[in-house]
Amino acid sequence: MAEEQFEPKIVGFLCRWCSYTGADLAGTSRMQYPPNLVAIRVMCSGRVDPTFVAKALNDGADGVLIAGCHPGDCHYSEGNYKAMRRFPMLRNLLEQFGVDRGRIRLEWISASEGKRFAEVVTEFTEQIRALGPLRWKESVAALCETT
Amino acid sequence: MVSLTIDGKAVEVEEGSTVLQAAEKLEIRIPTLCHHKALLPYGACRVCLVEMEDPRGSKIQASCTYPAQEGLVVKTATERVLATRKIMVELLLARCPEVDAIRKLAAEMGIEETRFPKKNEDCILCGLCVRVCQERMGVGAVSFINRGTKRRVTPPYDKHSPICMACGACKVVCPTDCVDLSEITTHPLRPIPSEFDEGMSHRASVYVPFAQAVPNVPVIDKETCIRLQTGKCGACEAFCEADAIDYDQEDKVQEVDVGAIIVATGFKLFDSKKISRYGYGKYDNVVNSLEFERMSHASGPTGGEILTKSGRSPEAVAILHCIGSRDENYQEYCSRVCCMYSLKFAHLVKEKTDAEVYNFYIDMRAFGKGYEEFYKRVLGEGVHFIRGKCAEVTQVAETPEEEGKLVVVAEDTLLGITRRLPVDMVILSGALIPGDNAADVRHVFSIGCAQGGFFLEKHPKLAPVDSMSDGIFLAGACVGPKDIPDSVAQGAAAAAGALSLIDKGKVVLEPITAEIDEERCAGCQLCIPNCPYAAIDYDEEKKVSVVTEELCKGCGTCVAGCPSGAAHQRGFEDEQIFSEIEGILIGAES
Repeated sequence: MAEEQFEPKIVGFLCRWCSYTGADLAGTSRMQYPPNLVAIRVMCSGRVDPTFVAKALNDGADGVLIAGCHPGDCHYSEGNYKAMRRFPMLRNLLEQFGVDRGRIRLEWISASEGKRFAEVVTEFTEQIRALGPLRWKESVAALCETT
Repeated sequence: MVSLTIDGKAVEVEEGSTVLQAAEKLEIRIPTLCHHKALLPYGACRVCLVEMEDPRGSKIQASCTYPAQEGLVVKTATERVLATRKIMVELLLARCPEVDAIRKLAAEMGIEETRFPKKNEDCILCGLCVRVCQERMGVGAVSFINRGTKRRVTPPYDKHSPICMACGACKVVCPTDCVDLSEITTHPLRPIPSEFDEGMSHRASVYVPFAQAVPNVPVIDKETCIRLQTGKCGACEAFCEADAIDYDQEDKVQEVDVGAIIVATGFKLFDSKKISRYGYGKYDNVVNSLEFERMSHASGPTGGEILTKSGRSPEAVAILHCIGSRDENYQEYCSRVCCMYSLKFAHLVKEKTDAEVYNFYIDMRAFGKGYEEFYKRVLGEGVHFIRGKCAEVTQVAETPEEEGKLVVVAEDTLLGITRRLPVDMVILSGALIPGDNAADVRHVFSIGCAQGGFFLEKHPKLAPVDSMSDGIFLAGACVGPKDIPDSVAQGAAAAAGALSLIDKGKVVLEPITAEIDEERCAGCQLCIPNCPYAAIDYDEEKKVSVVTEELCKGCGTCVAGCPSGAAHQRGFEDEQIFSEIEGILIGAES
């Protein structure tokens, strides 16, 4: 069956001060970027609990973007550093459950970088599209059955 | 109390006082060489002679040992007194014709030359050194030996004494400055360098930190004070008429409740020893900017004279800019103030000496009000400006003119040549770097770290004196290199910020603060280092972490890091975000 072009579902956790405002700027500047990413506003990238990412993937997301202020620019001084430290651990953990490293991404996008936000979303969407659907719930269930 | 009359003035003193003490009370000056307030009366020099009236005729007595008695009538400046004193001083001058203190005293009394056969001693046998060592230090490392003309002061057996503590009290009290401590002690000498004079002068153990210190009172250095180290001495107590010396005072940590804090902990000068090619610490006449600042100051170690270590006025001075700043290997930033103080130094050298002055600079940054005008003025004074960073300072001479000089080697980038300039003094304009304990201060107040380790302000343009935490303000060079006008402006702004906060009397809080569920908290304390505002404390009694809502800004970092799910954030609860995720992903293939 000739499949239609796969449209990935991406959840974005954007910090309220830099990245969410950056996304806003991309919108108000009428920049084009794929509609695949849906943003969830958090106060700080440091607020992104690893379970949020797991929950999103479990509920059918194909990729997750976490975006915060540039290092040194965090509104809360160092929340983004905490995110930066947690991220590799989360990625390694998810990899063991069959989630490709390319499916989750941490980016620094400032409030003035609307263009960069659009670029990141475009690029990330294409990357996930290339990786194909995740269907994580199914694969984990299958994994459980075989073991 | 006994009352007596000195030079026609009546005075009351305590019983047991001496006539000299009574005269001091009347502020009548009696010259003396062997008297010391902290030591017992001795009567060795006989310079303090006065005349006592007695029914049986007047008599001459040493005022430092003569007890004050009821009804005593003393005259301190009669012809007889002056003539006898003169003879005493003439005798001393004969013994020590070369000693400045004696010559000065003699000159004051109108003695030009002694009539007695001259010796060439430097000690007047006043016994101050012997007495201070015995009475005050309880050591007795030096004493008199021999009798008559052979009498002199020496350590036991004329050998270096191991019991001498090298405290230097004998040297301090000696009126003729003839004590050589290295001839007495077996211990290494340890003069106390003055912190304020950058170690270029020495200070006593009790000292006023610097001329305009606040509060302007002396302090005792407990590391070197003999009284605090051994329980002996206590000389300062004997001197202090106000009875203000308290040896039992301890360092105290005081807790003060405040509504706002201004952090203004300042900066430190870059240690030029780190760049060995400039020879700081190796060559005597390579000085850093703080040392030069003290040297050029009227109250400094040289009384404001610009002198090389050998005490000569320099013929040529090089000022090297950007030592450790604008340098990828050390501090990348511009230290901002060095160009202008280097210009000031150049101006001062020109004003105070006949030296040629060479400034080696990368770029001249005369950025402030009146600064460019000052630069022009210094240019007009004939100061040489060479655009190029110094490569090295060396003493290795290549030509006869360079012999015995410091040679500054640098590329002159405007001429495109390498220059070697022989100079007598090199001043290093070092970078401004964060203070020694800046990191500790940052942690205490949860202040962010900016470039180079300085404190991070809330916003470089819009909130330059605020920190990330409300109520904590930053001012001055702790935020970054800053000159005096900028620091003053920041200080005033920070004070105004603190005042407006206090004046309002209330604080607006974020509604989205975090809280910790006592029932679920395991007391692991992982949340505490997560908080950039130090808003979480550990309740030792309940064994749980507690959020101080007034400090919490609602970033939620602690919530994401809580392993037991005890921490949550109002408005951004896990469940709320989960629902958002579910809402977004409705219809997704799962």
